[in-house]
Amino acid sequence: MQKMPTVTLQLALDHGLTADEYQRILNHLGRTPTFEELGVFSVMWSEHCSYKSSRRFLRQLPTTGPEILQGPGENAGIVDVGDGLAVVFKIESHNHPSFIEPYHGAATGVGGILRDVFTMGARPIASLNSLRFGAIDHPRTPYLIKGVVAGIGGYGNCVGVPTVGGEVYFDTGYNGNILVNAFTLGTVRTDRIFRARAAGVGNPVIYVGSRTGRDGIHGASLLASREFDAKSEELRPAVQVGDPFTEKLLIEACLELMQKDLIVAIQDMGAAGLTSSSVEMAGRGGMGIVLNLDKIPTREENIIPYELLLSESQERMVIVAKAGHEEEVKGIFARWDLQAVVVGQVTDDGLFRTQWHGEEVVRIPVSALTDDAPVYERPATPPVNLGQRQQLDIASLPLPSDCGQVLLRLLTSPNLASKEWVYRQYDSFVCGNTVVQPGSDAAIIRLKGTTKGVGISVDCNSRYCLLDPYRGGQITVAEGARNLAVSGARPVALSDCLNFGSPEKPEVMWQFQQAIAGMRDACLALGIAVVSGNVSFYNETEGRAIPPTPTVASVGILQDVTWHVTQWFKNPGDVIVLLGETHNELGASEYLATVHGMIAGAPPVLDLEMEKRFQHLCLQAAQERLFSSAHDVAEGGVAVALAEACITRPEGPFGAQVTLPGNLRPDVMLFGECQSRAIVSLSPDKLPRLEQLAHTHQVPYTILGKVGGTELSIASYLRVPAVALQHEWRTALARQLNI
Amino acid sequence: MKWGVVTFPGSLDDRDALYSLGTVLGQHIVSLWHKDRDLKGVEAIVLPGGFSYGDYLRCGAIARVSPIMQNVVEFARAGGPVLGMCNGFQILCESGLLPGALVRNRSLSFVCEWARIRIETAHTRFTAGCEVGEILRMPIKHGEGCYVADEATLKTLEDKGQIVFRYVNEAGEITDTVNPNGALHNIAGVTNAQGNVVGLMPHPEHAVEALLGGEDGRKLFLSVLAR
Repeated sequence: MQKMPTVTLQLALDHGLTADEYQRILNHLGRTPTFEELGVFSVMWSEHCSYKSSRRFLRQLPTTGPEILQGPGENAGIVDVGDGLAVVFKIESHNHPSFIEPYHGAATGVGGILRDVFTMGARPIASLNSLRFGAIDHPRTPYLIKGVVAGIGGYGNCVGVPTVGGEVYFDTGYNGNILVNAFTLGTVRTDRIFRARAAGVGNPVIYVGSRTGRDGIHGASLLASREFDAKSEELRPAVQVGDPFTEKLLIEACLELMQKDLIVAIQDMGAAGLTSSSVEMAGRGGMGIVLNLDKIPTREENIIPYELLLSESQERMVIVAKAGHEEEVKGIFARWDLQAVVVGQVTDDGLFRTQWHGEEVVRIPVSALTDDAPVYERPATPPVNLGQRQQLDIASLPLPSDCGQVLLRLLTSPNLASKEWVYRQYDSFVCGNTVVQPGSDAAIIRLKGTTKGVGISVDCNSRYCLLDPYRGGQITVAEGARNLAVSGARPVALSDCLNFGSPEKPEVMWQFQQAIAGMRDACLALGIAVVSGNVSFYNETEGRAIPPTPTVASVGILQDVTWHVTQWFKNPGDVIVLLGETHNELGASEYLATVHGMIAGAPPVLDLEMEKRFQHLCLQAAQERLFSSAHDVAEGGVAVALAEACITRPEGPFGAQVTLPGNLRPDVMLFGECQSRAIVSLSPDKLPRLEQLAHTHQVPYTILGKVGGTELSIASYLRVPAVALQHEWRTALARQLNI
Repeated sequence: MKWGVVTFPGSLDDRDALYSLGTVLGQHIVSLWHKDRDLKGVEAIVLPGGFSYGDYLRCGAIARVSPIMQNVVEFARAGGPVLGMCNGFQILCESGLLPGALVRNRSLSFVCEWARIRIETAHTRFTAGCEVGEILRMPIKHGEGCYVADEATLKTLEDKGQIVFRYVNEAGEITDTVNPNGALHNIAGVTNAQGNVVGLMPHPEHAVEALLGGEDGRKLFLSVLAR
């Protein structure tokens, strides 16, 4: 047999552990670990698996509520939607693999999040994603976006789960470290929810799905828990390769299995593969697990135990079955041409043990890998020049000479241009539930067998977070909820994907803490629970961290799916109303960045009480079916929101004639990004009722004008043909990417 | 009417086809499993969209030799109505029940959007209730939907009225810009000489409910019932 390396401090350091952590391992075991044990510790104690720098702060987030059936700590969160039905969802990052190998990195990101959801007994019915690339003219950007989008499509389209929405941003801050965050939502009957909690001494541990290969070894520790440098390309073998067909078989076989009473726990093999899935199941159940590595199905000969334990080969699951039902379990997988192999059993010794050729190569207390893993309180300090960057003297900015040109520039800027080139490559129809397709503020999915619907939106303004992570965190949560509310869905819960630089840098740690605090305050004010998510640190290259990006996937409920509202104008003659108030703000705006080349100023102020009243107003109006359209005012301000309401209509654009009363500078009124606002349109006979509701909810409003004609004309500021705007907006992205 | 929807292991729209036919259109539906050699007495067969066996090889190439397809071929040869949508169309071409083949989109990218198709013939089991020249709106979503055939085959198809659907614009005109995949002659679907087997790339099963954006797909299914 092959001789394994001798474990030394140096070898531990090479595994990404610190000297101090190595000492802790020696203390836990009372001896030198085996090579396999060192591998197990290094992945389980990696930032990615252990949350050692973030755990203390994540506890501040509200995670409960009357409708919350499962908060963080399981494979995904669960929200009760009534009628015996629940939705299961989570968002997760796959950033580093996607930067190194965009197609397979993004594809396996989709595969991983799907498994997290169906593992809980839910059939996945909708996926979304949040993508962030470097500057659009960076030489690598076209290669990366093409690969990522093709990978998401290649996997998602082949497993039969529609991709119904998402966001795509470009910023120089991601030149060396793109973000790929994938979200999936599934539905489950509340009496058929499965959890990943091992139980029952002697119950068999069953391995199902693909065979184990050498791909993805140390994905969690060396790829996800370290910053990038010039040599990162060499890590390509640590990126897994996906097989969506096998995933599809796994989905069907597992859901079929879960209709019967044959298993006690199930978990996918994600980051850190067989090791983390077994250890986490044992840990949650307070049990031990023993595995016979000789039984693991492999793709090639001579795979050593170290590799079997750490491989991140895709499309694999671990099941704890009820003793005596092994053959029935195998039968279901055989029907789908998948293998199911008994590889171990549940024990009561609290140990994670593995055997290989009759020898015990791993013997570690489960608690040492889970509850007793290191937790760090890292130093945190604000960036030195932040106060200076937040300064902005609006009066000193030159006024634009042609506001129509500015609007065109904004609509064709990569961040605001139509993302049709992207979402056209995703199947958004399969499953037959998509009520609102990509291209409106929120995706709306109907829930078959009920009158209900679910709204989903993914959001983050990382420029706001860079200039003020606390307020950025607040606005991220508020904007997600607002996108749902204007679409008619009552925000209930969210899943977060916290993408940051290295936690070992005090400035990054400060950004992280501030963003969490902002998210917490907004969640508390708006009554939203955080039910799942992940933390992705070490998003930096050559010492440069990404802008703080706490992406949030918000989920809302519509008691009646026909209440849903889309963002585009529907009828000529409808009255256009601006809900909310405009203040003298331009800080951190898209206008400032695109037109003045400035990343400066404080992000807009968010009054959470006003935000709450605003959202209640929108929801009430949707239920009373007052709105023909409703659109959140976000990047690019009122002018861009009006333009989008004109040109995003799938059947072709409408014009609009509006005034913009107020004493502020034109660019502030047109392009400022004040919070808690929406552009709505409605039939004139419904206006009195809306005014009444706005009074009741104490939300200021302004009647702007009417839908109609072929031009968008805003007071004396600008007048542009809608068809031309639409054409430029639709074609801008592909043109700039030159693809 | 009793409809059978075949489920291959990688079928994706099979459940949607069952829902549309059963729950929405109130038809008697049964699921047919790819490993079985049993059509369970169905009167019409639907081959759904998806990636039958992963389709890492040519789309539909493995499905052609699956057990159930032997029965489907017999059923079709005996005149039974068979509708192949998307992957189902690819499988029908691979099986030799329909002429031509479907290759990679000319953009080399997957394409998902609403498309307009024009009815070119009412002489099939699935368009008997439609008017020639009528325009239907249905979703398309595929990576390999570019219909190709050799010149002689194309001529036969044109001459014998076997082209059933073509991609058109709002005005019903055949233009290159509305051709989503580069299909020859803008062909979106064809039939066999008898008119009982129809294949198309668009998804009529995803166009049966107004809530989800359109109901034009109903016409294809209802055409079979009309007879």
